[in-house]
Amino acid sequence: MNRNTTIIVAAAIVSALALGGIYILWPKANAGDTTLVVSTTTSLYDTGILDQIEEVFEAEHDIDLYFISVGTGLAITHAQRGDADMILVHAPSQELSFLENGYGANRKIVAYNFFSIVGPEGDPAGIADMAPNDALARLVEKGRAEEAIWVSRGDDSGTHTKEKALWGMAGFDVSALRDEDWYREAGSGMGTTLKIAEEVDAYTLTDMGTYLKYYTDGLISLEVQVGAGEELLNVYSALAINPVYNEDANLDDATTFMEFLASSEGQSIFETYGVDTYGTALFNPAVELLRSDPSSTIAQWIAGAAFFDGSECPEEYRVGDTELYS
Amino acid sequence: MASAILDGLVRALGLILSADPILVEITARSLAISGLATLAASLWSIPLGALIGLGRFRGRLFLRGVFNALLGIPTVTLGLVLYLLISKSGPLGFLHLLYTPTAIILGQAVLVTPILVSFIASSLEAVDPDVRNLALTLGSSESEAALAVLNESLEGALLAVTAGFNRALAELGIALMVGGNIRGVTRMLTTYIALETNRGEVALGIAFAVVLLTIVGAVNLSVNFLQRRLLR
Repeated sequence: MNRNTTIIVAAAIVSALALGGIYILWPKANAGDTTLVVSTTTSLYDTGILDQIEEVFEAEHDIDLYFISVGTGLAITHAQRGDADMILVHAPSQELSFLENGYGANRKIVAYNFFSIVGPEGDPAGIADMAPNDALARLVEKGRAEEAIWVSRGDDSGTHTKEKALWGMAGFDVSALRDEDWYREAGSGMGTTLKIAEEVDAYTLTDMGTYLKYYTDGLISLEVQVGAGEELLNVYSALAINPVYNEDANLDDATTFMEFLASSEGQSIFETYGVDTYGTALFNPAVELLRSDPSSTIAQWIAGAAFFDGSECPEEYRVGDTELYS
Repeated sequence: MASAILDGLVRALGLILSADPILVEITARSLAISGLATLAASLWSIPLGALIGLGRFRGRLFLRGVFNALLGIPTVTLGLVLYLLISKSGPLGFLHLLYTPTAIILGQAVLVTPILVSFIASSLEAVDPDVRNLALTLGSSESEAALAVLNESLEGALLAVTAGFNRALAELGIALMVGGNIRGVTRMLTTYIALETNRGEVALGIAFAVVLLTIVGAVNLSVNFLQRRLLR
């Protein structure tokens, strides 16, 4: 090959890249659409439900949904830095400070399910069907006797936040537990944490979506030991960005999307998602339950775990013109 | 687990043979983004590498040491720094680059710069000093002599660019932090592999990894081929 051929080959590569680049960077056909950046938790995104929600929503609206899937902690950081128009998370305590610090507005509870404490087949620690507090106390006892291992997410995610709260309720101090041999921190997402627990025959706290996916596919054989009860409630909420804090955030589209999530159409996706694959839904819709049957047991649990001053979103945190609370 | 790897291989073959639209889209995007990043990085790295490799100035060894050290930068760290820079509250927030392919291109270009600079500088230093001396004796000017050395080190430069491209294509941290893995916009091979693996779609994760390796292999083979023809 002589110099000229080399130059031609090089030129061909460069122009192919340039053309590819123009194609990639050029505004897409639906460029007239506005974009809505939704920072969300991995446990929600990894189930795939948001892909389905996106499909249905984008077919009806001229809004491009950009889901950024990170832990609840980072999702809130994104929003504070102005990099998200909306968050979809599951950590009521962090949501409250998000509202109180003036970052968030228009919180809406959209769905719930339950966390589970899962452990090895045969349940060596013997915690099956105990109340969560008793089960955790038993695990501490067994752990210290070197008969059980606990794997924590250890990543400040919503699930990790819940785990720390559960230890607190059971009367233990997580910062002290961390130093004990049987308490291990994965520092990873839910899937990785489950696989670690599987490898070392440990117990862990998991959301049902990730667990069912891994269990059904035969990736883990851990079984649900403690799977219901008020303490294990997992509430998912949507929050917009307070325009006073960040006037550039796309409040209009965030409101449209939140109203869609709360609509009977959006809620029915939560009600049915996963039934075909797992034989059971991964989430339960919360909006209608809270509206029409607030005295039911579950509604009371949700109110206890995720209401602030007796409301999913106190008046002072509501902005704009929205049907979310009617 | 072994069966999952086998499943993945079978699935990879199926996806490639059926030209799966998601596979094609994500692969094309990855190639274009990492290719442009390598191209951009080459623009400043080749002259810089040549300067460090051929130059005789104070602080040259220090500069060389800095670039060598930067070879080991974790992509997540680089991604985080870039995120803080181009985030809306960051100093470059007004450019609105976050969650765009351009952001990934910039990040990967920064990532591969030390690779290009270090490799090119090394390969120039390795050229027999007699080449330069001979050229000078034969009446070449100083810059013509430099060109003769550059020509001798073409193999090294090609290796540098290939290594840089491979690194860009295979990195995850930057694409995730500044790209956001947004479906249809910034979803790349590595971010998709990470996502599907987290989702428990292990076979799909393996299948896309096979595709990634195939591309890297094919690129390296063609560069080898090119090199052999070139250096005849």
